Amino acid sequence: MAVRVRVPTPLRRFTAGVDEVTAEGDSIKAVLEDLDRRHPGMRERLMDDNGELRRFVNVYLNGDDIRFLNQLSSKVKDGDDISIVPAIAGGR
Amino acid sequence: MATISQSFPRSPADVSQEVTPAARAFSVLDLIGNTPLLEITRLTDGLLRPGVRIFAKLEGFNPGGSVKDRAARKMIELGLARRDLRPGKVILDSTSGNTGIALAMVGAAIGYPVELVMASNVSRERKKIIEAFGAKPIYSDPLEGSDGAIVLCRELIDADPDRYFKPDQYNNEANPLAHFETTGPEIWRQTRGGVTHFLAGIGTSGTIMGTGRYLKSRNPEIKVIAVEPDDAMHGLEGLKHMATSIVPGIYHEQQLDDKIPVSTEDAYEMVYALGQFEGILVGQSSGAAMVAALKLARSLREGTVVTVFADFGEKYLSTNLWIGWQEWRREHLQRLIGKWNVSANATT
Repeated sequence: MAVRVRVPTPLRRFTAGVDEVTAEGDSIKAVLEDLDRRHPGMRERLMDDNGELRRFVNVYLNGDDIRFLNQLSSKVKDGDDISIVPAIAGGR
Repeated sequence: MATISQSFPRSPADVSQEVTPAARAFSVLDLIGNTPLLEITRLTDGLLRPGVRIFAKLEGFNPGGSVKDRAARKMIELGLARRDLRPGKVILDSTSGNTGIALAMVGAAIGYPVELVMASNVSRERKKIIEAFGAKPIYSDPLEGSDGAIVLCRELIDADPDRYFKPDQYNNEANPLAHFETTGPEIWRQTRGGVTHFLAGIGTSGTIMGTGRYLKSRNPEIKVIAVEPDDAMHGLEGLKHMATSIVPGIYHEQQLDDKIPVSTEDAYEMVYALGQFEGILVGQSSGAAMVAALKLARSLREGTVVTVFADFGEKYLSTNLWIGWQEWRREHLQRLIGKWNVSANATT
């Protein structure tokens, strides 16, 4: 299943500056792992050593925070829209 | 805006001046600064050599709740003095929170309207506080972070340049000057000139630039060390990863003796530790500052390490900072300390 992933500024160094990429998978976790295969370096920024979402990373599936869905196991379908948003805005 | 770096006083303030809180104030602006310096003792018990101490400047005691009150007051004062800010103008800046709160507070206190551009993912508490001071929030794309807010702010000003006064905390030398004139002298007095290392997080870099410059003017041997996130992708609100950010005009890396990178997880866990072992609830940038201070202090044979806790923690209770904190236990802290293993490589 192909989904659209919106990439925040701090991760665009892994996507050659592109702010929106395509990835595949049937769950958020599978999508993020596919994202790392296509753009190596992403995984460790998004997930910890246990494969859990890092605390400061928010992932939205069609606008809904996956922490209020089924976390990384949340199912995705073709054409879904995923946004990765760091929990902060940086600067002061 | 013209820089005023040349106007830094050549003769620093008299150290014999003791800080005494005003018995009565006529403006909230008079209550900014003179914050307490707290020695961190319980958390560091058994971890430091006998001649090493860590102190934290508790900037949450400022009336707007953060270190940013200092810079906001100074930038507005100088704007008024130069008539860059005058009746009919609106104060506009990009800020992810604390500066926005400080500008909103100062604007309310002097009767000027304030508009603030911020990424829409700043904490709910911050948005509400800003609105409570009567300021107008303008939200930018959260995916673009603080740099996105900076760009949107520029666009608004370009569209109507005469309407706005932009304090421009990233490029206004009044920002570090505020710390040169207040934070630095306060730390010097509070440690009776004994500070050996000063650490602070870098966001705009105003705190570390101004305070560091003052402390080195009193004693060039004092080491000035920046604390920064260990990666561009981080969760340390208020801090910037300089290598991958728009570099503020006031930031001069050559004036630093060292930088200590801190991971988001370590900083979050230190926030929990400070709450549980010191009885002090702070924000994540203070957690990062404490992690770095402890790393550094453990590498010293003797020294007085001073860092800055930029604010208290109430504003972050709804944020990701507290995800998973229930699982946190004292053994996590012990594991953390083992992991550091005096790896700071900081100046001794």
